[in-house]
Amino acid sequence: MGNVSVATPMEIERPETTGEPVEVPEPDVPWVTVVHNDPVNLMSYVTYVFQAYFGYSKEKAKKLMLDVHHKGRAIVSSGTREEMERDVQAMHGYGLWATLTQDR
Amino acid sequence: MAGYFEPADGGGAAIALDEVEISILRSLAVQLLELIGPGTEPAAGGSHPETPPGEGAVGSTDDELAGIEGVSWPPFSDGPSEPPSDPVLARFFPDAYGPGPAARPDEGAEPGSDEEARRKRDRAASAEFRRYTENDLRARKREDGLAVVRALDSLTPGERGAVLTLRPEECKQWLGALNDLRLAIGTRLEVTEDDDELYSLPDSDARKPLVMAYLWLGGLQETLVETMTP
Repeated sequence: MGNVSVATPMEIERPETTGEPVEVPEPDVPWVTVVHNDPVNLMSYVTYVFQAYFGYSKEKAKKLMLDVHHKGRAIVSSGTREEMERDVQAMHGYGLWATLTQDR
Repeated sequence: MAGYFEPADGGGAAIALDEVEISILRSLAVQLLELIGPGTEPAAGGSHPETPPGEGAVGSTDDELAGIEGVSWPPFSDGPSEPPSDPVLARFFPDAYGPGPAARPDEGAEPGSDEEARRKRDRAASAEFRRYTENDLRARKREDGLAVVRALDSLTPGERGAVLTLRPEECKQWLGALNDLRLAIGTRLEVTEDDDELYSLPDSDARKPLVMAYLWLGGLQETLVETMTP
């Protein structure tokens, strides 16, 4: 058994080519992370999360928190799709309701 | 229940808890752990790989959790068979793509329209995102909850309770767990913005104990955040 894998060829079919859906052909348009308002999360906690995770100043974090609170949602970061997926996952980890979308 | 967090010497935070408070917190944390589960049941996304063996290393607490189904307050658990139907789990693990909480079900998207195509794309991307993030999110919530239980179990309350001191790293775990608890209870109570009705319930209302717990946890979380944001 063990010998079989010794000669594993390099040209093995690459499984990473997962069928990433052929996305909207607008590569120049950045993706954004949107945090949505919810009635449970404390304002102080949301501010803390923006400071702790994004490293934003207290002023900026608080302004974003107030935007979320008053406008129902706020864009908290922008970048590539992969970066925004990381940010959204982190926000979910903190218990914030976040989504990513392509800004237009 | 007037115990609140204060900054501790050398970083971290401390709180005085009496026996009742310890027992309530522990019970809530254990129920949260039960709801989150060990990661072996199918999760909201459907197909879900088994939790790696290392996950189960927290044997003693797992054993303990096995006997606690009898606890029915607060009503955290709808049963593990269909996690997607559980609103708390749905709140913990929302779709990463799509319009967010303001979303209404698929009404109004005409077949063949751009809108319908967009929703289809969002659903597929959300499912994919879920597949590779939800296990990690669950594991972290579980770790946070376990940290709370362990810290409470380390206390030996005397007649006047006990003082719990958290290291900075533990503060983060407690903050996460307290937030999860409030999200869970808030979801169960269907808390809304400016919920005056909920906060002035008569004692006879069945939701009253849960509302009291919710408000108390809010105080704990608020004061813990304060110690962490100088």
